[in-house]
Amino acid sequence: MFATWIVVVASLAYLGVLFVIAHYGDRRADRGRSVISNGYVYALSLAVYATSWTFYGSVGRAASTGVGFLPIYLGATIMAALWWLVLRKIIRISRRNRITSLADFVSSRYGKSSFLGGLVTVIAVIGIVPYIALQLKAISITFSILRGPAELMTAAAVPGVPVLQDTALYAALLLAAFTIVFGTRHLDASERHEGMVAAIAFESLVKLVTFLAVGCYVTFVLFNGFDDLFGQAASRADLSHLFTHGDNYGEWLWLVVLSMLALLLLPRQWQVGVVENVDERHIKKAMWLFPLYLLLINIFVLPIAVAGLLTFGKGANVDAFVLTLPLVNEQPGLALLVFIGGLSAATGMVIVETIALSTMVSNSIVVPMLLRSGDAMTSRSDLGSVILGVRRVTIVLVLLLGFVYFRLAGDALALVSIGLISFAAVAQFAPAILGGLFWKGANRRGAIGGLIAGFVLWAYTLPLPSLAEAGLLPVSFVEEGPFGARILAPYALFGLDGLDRISHSMTWSMLANIGIFVGLSLTGSRSPAEHVQAAEFVDVLRRPTDGAHATFWRGTATVGELQTLLERFVGPDRARQSLASYAAGTGIDISAGSDADADLVHHVETLLSGAVGSASARFMVASVVDEDPLAVSEVMDILDETSQVLAYSRALEQKSRELEAATERLQEANARLQELDRLKDDFVSTMSHELRTPLTSIRSFSEILLDNPDLDVAERQGFMGTIVAEAERLTRLINQVLDLSKLESGSTDWYLEPIDLRQVLATSAQATAQLFRDKDVALDLDLPARVPMVEADRDRVVQVVVNLLSNAVKFSEPGVGRVSLGLEAGDGTVRVDVTDNGPGIAVEDHQVIFEKFRQGGDTHRNRPKGTGLGLSISREIVGHLGGQIWVESTPGDGAKFSFTLPMAIIDAVGSSTVGAETEG
Amino acid sequence: MRDSLHSARMVAVSALALLLFGFPVMALFDVDVRLLGVPLLWAYLFIAWGVVIAVVAWVVRDAE
Repeated sequence: MFATWIVVVASLAYLGVLFVIAHYGDRRADRGRSVISNGYVYALSLAVYATSWTFYGSVGRAASTGVGFLPIYLGATIMAALWWLVLRKIIRISRRNRITSLADFVSSRYGKSSFLGGLVTVIAVIGIVPYIALQLKAISITFSILRGPAELMTAAAVPGVPVLQDTALYAALLLAAFTIVFGTRHLDASERHEGMVAAIAFESLVKLVTFLAVGCYVTFVLFNGFDDLFGQAASRADLSHLFTHGDNYGEWLWLVVLSMLALLLLPRQWQVGVVENVDERHIKKAMWLFPLYLLLINIFVLPIAVAGLLTFGKGANVDAFVLTLPLVNEQPGLALLVFIGGLSAATGMVIVETIALSTMVSNSIVVPMLLRSGDAMTSRSDLGSVILGVRRVTIVLVLLLGFVYFRLAGDALALVSIGLISFAAVAQFAPAILGGLFWKGANRRGAIGGLIAGFVLWAYTLPLPSLAEAGLLPVSFVEEGPFGARILAPYALFGLDGLDRISHSMTWSMLANIGIFVGLSLTGSRSPAEHVQAAEFVDVLRRPTDGAHATFWRGTATVGELQTLLERFVGPDRARQSLASYAAGTGIDISAGSDADADLVHHVETLLSGAVGSASARFMVASVVDEDPLAVSEVMDILDETSQVLAYSRALEQKSRELEAATERLQEANARLQELDRLKDDFVSTMSHELRTPLTSIRSFSEILLDNPDLDVAERQGFMGTIVAEAERLTRLINQVLDLSKLESGSTDWYLEPIDLRQVLATSAQATAQLFRDKDVALDLDLPARVPMVEADRDRVVQVVVNLLSNAVKFSEPGVGRVSLGLEAGDGTVRVDVTDNGPGIAVEDHQVIFEKFRQGGDTHRNRPKGTGLGLSISREIVGHLGGQIWVESTPGDGAKFSFTLPMAIIDAVGSSTVGAETEG
Repeated sequence: MRDSLHSARMVAVSALALLLFGFPVMALFDVDVRLLGVPLLWAYLFIAWGVVIAVVAWVVRDAE
């Protein structure tokens, strides 16, 4: 349909776009402005889970089993819901220990065993090869269909072509080149590839959008929606079985479990989920976004499968329906888009998977071998470039292995069946990793035994017979078992017949794997290193993120030796930098000749782990440090001590936090008490002063009267008048003190009701009229025609106004004095103003005058004109009624005292009715 | 303490999902009936899936 060059150019253009995105991502990362540091990109990069299997294979699977394609995604959804418990723990452990691959994780957990790391790597590479073959097969088939003759669209399978004409070979080599450019740019201590992740997230968008596009086209353009599509299928007896599932829940459950494990244990998921994770909080967003992505990309799988079967019949190539449906309906543009979507699914998987595998191969197999092979390699100064070279070769080799498997066995199996072989392989890591994550008792022998047993049984029951079916082994091997030993037949091992292949293989391999893992762990012992690492892994969430590590040896080394070691792997600049920043953080001496403490040695070992894997790092450090290994009992003591110290320090911290809080409360209470004490002292001294003045004058005048009985009447009258006046002042003072203390203690009764302030002001003016007359001061009432009601206690408000008026009179000059009383409605409140033209009040006294016994001006020189309590009482009253009181004044220009009161609710909302909604 | 509550919720959601996505609950919907034109089992699985995702999103949001 298409000329070959069009498809090639489109593919290359797409890879070019990826290249640009990855380059941009790397540039941004170098400048410290990450493009991938958010939950959305994290979730999209995790969607590398959806590969050609999802894009093409699911439709093929749905065409034969209906909803049977779904458990792979439902299981992934279940595991995603557990990410916060499992994935976060793995990320935390990996960060703390600079673990950069799944193999290194297992190796590190079981005492930094390099054998275990190598074993996991071998299983991973062999297990993943079929999966890579699947991607190459998808690219190869779709490429052939797109450029081939029309008959290919309806053919059951694409006929084989010579090796050198196979698209898959060139795709493999091209992808290898692409991966090498972005995956092995330089040796990074954390193995992160931001540009690659950005490109992968973009690929996830492309595959989702293209798949939804073709799904909508098929469902709504080729057919009239779901109803029409499913209706046509329902009328076909040979298709109705697609709409039910049947009884095979054993296989269904195994697929759910397999996909749960695969989502965690596939090397590429580990790479994007753990190694490339920027911030563990991103997990939370991914926990629902990632399953949502899977749901969306799966909605049209069954409709496309049904449409394909209705269009082509069962004899066609079911795995290619996504592509052939638009092709036969003369939609070349859409078909090319689908091809690009499929390409993105395949390339995303291949790129990440090979990067992950190359890290494993170099760090867990090649480097340990080089290091143990003798001094020739370990003393080379540029080991970093050797490691990079190893990784590049690994990427090419893994892809070529995938190509070989595809050429040998790819034709015989559907896409999904190939993929499931790989799922079953990585599931073998589950006991060692999940067991090691939650069970301290798991030991190295158990992990090794379980892995080997599980792997052997997997290989014997899945990939081996698939090779036999491809013609590489005699068919009798599958049907009658090796050498006719039926009991060993790979699809019915030990006579276990009647299960599908995956369930059969998983049953035996998991039985052996878990059984041996648990059995050997329970019967064997653990080395000191295993004890330390088990505690480090299992308890990681309870440790501080950058806390001290327990070590299982003691020894001495110089800083210079460690620096030389570090330089060989990460380069002289970064070695120096890293040591300098460590020294800056801890304040220790890092001159070359000084002794390194255990923490520095551990720091260097952790840095090396990032570059060469934990087992090799341990080996390298041991080679320069003069070590003295600890006995198990000593390590146990340290661990026990460490955990006790941890628990103890946690308890201490808690205690000291509580103490601090209590101290703070005490201090506050104490400050308050001191303040009260000071106030009381002030009050008592002022009070006694205020009481003594009138008392003194009463006593002295009384004494005069007593001592001079012959005083004339006029004088006697004058003295008696003073005594009465002073006694009245004393009474007033005591009354006010009592009043104020009642107000302050809250024991006053308040009668709140809506009142009309005009009446209140009139009453107050009347009450003080005599005062004004006596002193010849004018009083103006400036009252508006109507003001809103306020919610207040009438008598108390009168008290305030009278107080302000009598103050105004007191400070006014007889004859020229003029006081005005105003009223104004504001925003929710009504304001009362008492203005006089007296001497005014200095600004610094504007606050002070409202305090007890404080009057404006210098009370020592001028005789006080009041008790000094009136304004305090007024402030208490107004405050209690929900208003404010203040003064505005410039000395020499009179004073204006104002206070506000809140409007009654009925007036505040605009109704004039006086209701019963008052509090009292 | 809140963290352990959220962890317990997350475990509970996965248990719920395992229940909804397998025998026997799924078998209740495994009948050859079409609901609003689409196969009942297919519709059930996608709806249950959507519900599980929504619950996870709720638990996670609450934990933030």
